[in-house]
Amino acid sequence: MSGADFVPFSLVPLLIGCLAAVACALPGNFLILRRQALIGDAISHVVLPGIVMAFLVTGTIAAIPMLIGAAAAALIAVAAIEGIRRFGRIEPGAAMGVVFTSMFAAGVLILELSDTSGVHLDVEHALYGNLESLIWLDATGWASLTDPVALAGLPPELGRIAVVALLIVALLALFWRPLAISTFDEGFAATLGLPVGAIGLGLVIVSAIAAVAAFDAVGSIIVIAMFICPPAAARLVTDRLVHQVLWSVAFALISAVLGYVLAGYGPLWLGFGNSVSAAGMIATVSGVILALTAIAGPKRRRI
Amino acid sequence: MTLAPSTPHLTLAQDTATEAARAASPFAIRGMTVSYGQKPAVFSIDATIRAGKMTAIVGPNGAGKSTLLKAALGIVTPLSGQVTMYGQPLKAMLPRIAYVPQRASVDWDFPVRVIDVVTMGLYRHLGLIGRLTGAHRARALACLDRVGMADFAERQIGQLSGGQQQRVFLARALAQGADLYLLDEPFAGVDAATEKAIIGVLKSLRDEGKTVVAVHHDLSTVPDYFDDVLLLNVRKVAEGPVADVFTETALAEAYGGRLQAARPDAVPVTG
Amino acid sequence: MFLDALTFQLGYNASLVGLGAALLGVAAGATGTFLFLRKRALVSDAISHATLPGVALAFIAMSLAGFDGRNLGILLAGSAVSAAAGLIAVQWLSSQTRLSEDAAIGAVLSVFFGFGIVLLTVIQNMATSGQAGLEGLLLGSTAGMLFSDAVLIAAGGAAALALVLVFRRPMTIASFDPGYARSAGIDVGRTDLIMMGLVMGVTVIGLKVVGLILIVALLIIPPVAARFWTERADRVALIAGGIGGVSGWVGAAISASTPNLPTGPIIVLTAFGLFCASLLFAPARGLVAAGFRHRRFQRGVHIRQGLLSLAQGHPIYEPLTIRLLTAERLARADGVATDDGRARAARALRDETRWQVARRTPEFELAAARYDGLTQIEDVLTPDQIAQIDAQIGPPKGVPA
Repeated sequence: MSGADFVPFSLVPLLIGCLAAVACALPGNFLILRRQALIGDAISHVVLPGIVMAFLVTGTIAAIPMLIGAAAAALIAVAAIEGIRRFGRIEPGAAMGVVFTSMFAAGVLILELSDTSGVHLDVEHALYGNLESLIWLDATGWASLTDPVALAGLPPELGRIAVVALLIVALLALFWRPLAISTFDEGFAATLGLPVGAIGLGLVIVSAIAAVAAFDAVGSIIVIAMFICPPAAARLVTDRLVHQVLWSVAFALISAVLGYVLAGYGPLWLGFGNSVSAAGMIATVSGVILALTAIAGPKRRRI
Repeated sequence: MTLAPSTPHLTLAQDTATEAARAASPFAIRGMTVSYGQKPAVFSIDATIRAGKMTAIVGPNGAGKSTLLKAALGIVTPLSGQVTMYGQPLKAMLPRIAYVPQRASVDWDFPVRVIDVVTMGLYRHLGLIGRLTGAHRARALACLDRVGMADFAERQIGQLSGGQQQRVFLARALAQGADLYLLDEPFAGVDAATEKAIIGVLKSLRDEGKTVVAVHHDLSTVPDYFDDVLLLNVRKVAEGPVADVFTETALAEAYGGRLQAARPDAVPVTG
Repeated sequence: MFLDALTFQLGYNASLVGLGAALLGVAAGATGTFLFLRKRALVSDAISHATLPGVALAFIAMSLAGFDGRNLGILLAGSAVSAAAGLIAVQWLSSQTRLSEDAAIGAVLSVFFGFGIVLLTVIQNMATSGQAGLEGLLLGSTAGMLFSDAVLIAAGGAAALALVLVFRRPMTIASFDPGYARSAGIDVGRTDLIMMGLVMGVTVIGLKVVGLILIVALLIIPPVAARFWTERADRVALIAGGIGGVSGWVGAAISASTPNLPTGPIIVLTAFGLFCASLLFAPARGLVAAGFRHRRFQRGVHIRQGLLSLAQGHPIYEPLTIRLLTAERLARADGVATDDGRARAARALRDETRWQVARRTPEFELAAARYDGLTQIEDVLTPDQIAQIDAQIGPPKGVPA
């Protein structure tokens, strides 16, 4: 594959896929250990009503209002789930099911009722994203990586997801210790003076930011798959938290790269003309990795 | 009997002797009521734990023993009540308190090793990003050694027996270097060797001048293990030195007909 | 138009769909109740997302074989096969590995759905007709439905409901108390299998009407809403069936009268409206009622504590207690008890002492377990029994009885 093809058409989607996968997998480790894996599911469903509302308010599909709208929807969903759980005394899974399906339904309905014909905003896009279309037209080859004019033409999604991925890595490094302690033993953490409620909420907010930034580029399918599959697979490989997080990053990267390549070139190898959904394929590869670790991972069993 | 009716005092004048005892207590609870739904788990508990003593919180199942500890520490929210340590609100004194939760309250399938759990007790020394040095590690190992678990430092916690898990929790509390130790059912479901090891450590803490409060369910060992007792059954039934509190009347009030089941020998410790 | 649809006067197909949606809603609400009571509500989310690859594979297979890929019966059969595979994957991951069920659910739903999307893009590349029918399965669409499809939905809804009625008793017992069910001779494993089979059935039938992303709402929202109305499992199932049925019926009617709207979201939002009303206003566990009860309880506790402190001469520190005592004119603002307060304090202390005696008297032990800090002992024991207790306390020492 020559740089003249690869750099404009594949480099950026590949990078975005990798960054999105890592940004979701990192908080996913803690969601899984806290038995909150499906918060990721809920968040990625409510992103749709968030961006639809943002569109209705601002009338454009500019990135920043969309991000704010989606993050606000995630916070409203989490607050509603927590409220139904605590005040309605309903188990968390069912509370989640009520909230995210209703918000998603509202999003779909508002989308159908409002005039979005002029903009690229539909349910399918929200589900699968559009990784393949994030091409770098200004690039001509590897040399473009040092060409400021070409670099200015990079899709803005890349910058956003890069910033978010860096932010998540930094937050995780900074708050690693309190996060680990409160995830293991919340009561003990509270007696250390740690703000356990704020830590739990912070994790959800960071997950929402990851979901929103990733969703922007790759759709909800990857978001849910990357929140859960790489950390779950990593959990079956090691018994140390640090190692688990590192393995989950590795699995997320493998899923993103392999999934993108298989989606883009797999059908060609099989003799078909067109590529298939990269987002779907990345999720599929992460599932295959999870299946392999579930069959043969060294730490797959409960003790 | 403290509740015997007498002419009600009609002013809010301070009972100075009680107040002095409270101010000197490392763990004083006042008017604590906690309810889950419409049924109080504990109702209007006053208790003044004596410094430098080992106190057992004793009562039948559902008496609210663990709830009282959790509410005192702010882990569950009480309906009313205040808790103080040497006259200061407990919240401000948390650095001097070590809490050992019930073993079953955490997921022992969590991906950490024994030494990692014990170093959690050093959080106040390490802070957010302080480096874990050899000295910290040595201190954690010393705490593990004190509970007889030094050889298990590198083990994954899921591989431990129930008694070993309990000892790791105690080692984590030791690492905190606190003055007040609050333990929730430290002897529940542990083997005899562990029970002996734990009570040995707790007694040595007491001999160093620390205060130890433990939720306990085995009446027969209370006189051997503890100095003081807080007898609880939703209401406080009695509190004070074991010899004063462990009367047949008080135990009957706390346990009712369940006393036989709770204490097979059922012999009053004192008349 | 909407009223016509509600009363089944909008044509034969629309009436059948409306009837089918209502029956489906009843079956889904009742089935979902058992799932909800087993605390496994979100398993249905994995099952419903797992239908997509089966639908797509069935379409591909039919197209390759030269048939019209839109045959709803075959598509639904394909969806059932892959839903079953998804369910087995969830069960296997959560029983054979250390992963908890929620992680298994999330993994299965995202991976199956992702793979389904891959297959959908394969279908797009196949350049065959009828893909629009597949998109309709994502969010539900009853517009332009074939007569045979409408019959299938109505019959499927009726069959699911009939099965729920047949198996309601073992499912109620098994979901409420699996241990007891076993001792009562109910095969819990088989009951679970039936329950999961019904969930799959409801999901598959609901694909066309509600869509695979939202069908889970019909299994979750009605039971959760019904839970606020009653504490009894069989009634939860009944009420949930009612809420589900109304949602399906009204939702299908709205959709039939406004053809361009997807059916699924409307049905879900109707159910959500009923959920909100239940959450707020249900008398048993609704928020308004519970809020009032909690406030009354908290006031009762504070006043009782305050009275006991007054009676024993203990200082009162809680500002809320003092405020409540003064508001009730039991104490003055400076904390000194009024005459009324003095009398009530003495009575409270007397009641407390009687409870204390009752607790250590073996014959009153059961009654004493009803102590909650607020109930008067007169409500639990007879006057004779109280007299017996008072004899143990001795004469009142200067306390007006």
